[in-house]
Amino acid sequence: MNPMRPGKTILVQREVKPLDFLSAGETASEFKETLKSLGISADLCRKTSIVAYEAEMNAVIHGGGGEIILKLDEKSITIVAKDQGPGIENVNLAMQEGYSTAPDFVREMGFGAGMGLPNIKKYSDELNIETEPGKGTTLRALIFLDGSGGE
Amino acid sequence: MRLGDIMNLLEAELLNQRVDLDIELESAFAADLMSDVLALARPGSLMITGLTNIQIMRTASMIDMPAVVFVRGKKPPLETIELAGKLGIPFMITYKTMFETCGLLYEAGISPIHCEKR
Repeated sequence: MNPMRPGKTILVQREVKPLDFLSAGETASEFKETLKSLGISADLCRKTSIVAYEAEMNAVIHGGGGEIILKLDEKSITIVAKDQGPGIENVNLAMQEGYSTAPDFVREMGFGAGMGLPNIKKYSDELNIETEPGKGTTLRALIFLDGSGGE
Repeated sequence: MRLGDIMNLLEAELLNQRVDLDIELESAFAADLMSDVLALARPGSLMITGLTNIQIMRTASMIDMPAVVFVRGKKPPLETIELAGKLGIPFMITYKTMFETCGLLYEAGISPIHCEKR
């Protein structure tokens, strides 16, 4: 079911605090609930929340905080994560499973094992990362409502 | 397999109240790495983990896993218990190791999650 009328867009924007592991994931949970309440399928809600959750974790761990945006239009769900952190030095390397620059205390929480960006890629249909060392990173992930992007 | 039967099999202690012990679980995923849970676990499967921080409940909720088993007798901190209550996720503690927990559940017919070659 597609609850979106042409031309209508829903936008939710939330701030992510740096190194706040108690609140991390709240935004992704909220996005999931928002989409669920709009009648978006469980599968798409799950994909979106995983993408948003990993992006939120990256902003919490590496980005010095930032903001996460959920956008929904008649064709797709978009997750945008922006931070003013140190940037990603080598995006190709960061996309490899197991490559991580996260500190040990993050790993002890079950994250930071180099699966964040690969997971975001896995669950999104289109992914674009703009990053500049010293300036920050903007990640934009798209999930198509008609499921045309596969898993 | 019923959640209540899983609890008995693992001699586990249920930590939250008013839980539906009749939830049926067919598969399980065991890990201490939440990103692997997010990458591979399937909705509807049981999470088995030795980590107890608040992000365990967030992860279970994101991927629609209906229940969590903490192994090795690990007791979750208050914030984890509170979030589990808020999200309505039943969780239990077993004093068995992850290996034994998985072995018992596998023997009882709980299915693994298929991990694709990549």
